Amino acid sequence: MATETTDRNEWPLWEVFTQPPNGKPHEHAGSLHAPDAEIALQNARDVYTRRGEAVSLWVVPSQAIIASAPSDAGPFFDPGNDKAYRHPQFYKIPRGVRGV
Amino acid sequence: MSAPLFEFLLRLGDDRLILGHRNAEWCGHGPILEEDIAITNIALDLTGAAQLLLDLAGRVEGQGRDADALAYWRDETQFRNLQMVELPRGDFAFTMVRQLFFSAWTHFLFEWLKQAAHEELAGIAAKAQKENRYHLRHAGEWVVRLGDGTEESHRRAQEAVDALWPWTDEMFATDAVDQAAQAELGLPVRPDLKAEWRAVVADVLERARLTIPETPMRMTGGRKGRHTESLGRLLAEMQIVPRSHPGATW
Repeated sequence: MATETTDRNEWPLWEVFTQPPNGKPHEHAGSLHAPDAEIALQNARDVYTRRGEAVSLWVVPSQAIIASAPSDAGPFFDPGNDKAYRHPQFYKIPRGVRGV
Repeated sequence: MSAPLFEFLLRLGDDRLILGHRNAEWCGHGPILEEDIAITNIALDLTGAAQLLLDLAGRVEGQGRDADALAYWRDETQFRNLQMVELPRGDFAFTMVRQLFFSAWTHFLFEWLKQAAHEELAGIAAKAQKENRYHLRHAGEWVVRLGDGTEESHRRAQEAVDALWPWTDEMFATDAVDQAAQAELGLPVRPDLKAEWRAVVADVLERARLTIPETPMRMTGGRKGRHTESLGRLLAEMQIVPRSHPGATW
């Protein structure tokens, strides 16, 4: 999958997600430049997993990510702050459950 | 001490030590940061395999030499690497085409070495083969992109193929040293590495719109210690620190 270069001298930007070895969800690790998906995957392997930090990799063209704007912060996130009942800490987590 | 086995292991180790050094020369000079890291990762893998192979060679020799002694205290005529791996790194296309040629050969060579009755060598081959699969994929994908890329990248990639092709025959030569070592290691009959190698390389080059030249093969001699003028300069740089400060630690 090739994406348009945004600048004549710059390859497109890709966001890299790595899954840690213990089965947790993929997490954003960082970004890199690559001309296409295969090279992005290989570069992600070299830049973000060389010390054995991951068992799976995702690469996503950065321009495919729709981000909230800083000005959205108020209407998006403030309403949740004063509603303590939305937090799950009122429940007891059974012993033996991990990764929660 | 088995002389043929020692020689055989030196050949395997020196190929990887010298190519690892050539690739390491890209450190800080890669075309982009990500590729700088990729090439030096490959260099580290090759150097790591060289260390295991040369350490084993030193133990087979039984004279108390370890990988460092063999890497830093032998002179040019005592190196047993292929001439192809000592050639200067050239441009990025040259480095990637050479890596493709070398890694495709290593793939079939190590698949064979994995079958050795000699457990340590079989183990080294299995470990290095995992790393080599990535080197082959990385180099192959780049050769396709360069060959099937811009006019300039195509021209440079074709120039690299033309320049390197005549050096490739040395990978497939065998002699009495190899045969004696193979018997000692309990290896099955060596498969036709050249045919397998050529099929893989030809497929990549075709996808890259690159052509195999019909130039004659060069004289060889790396396995007997005859090298091009490039190796001496490489060794001068690689060996100067341990030779200037023998026994130094940090």
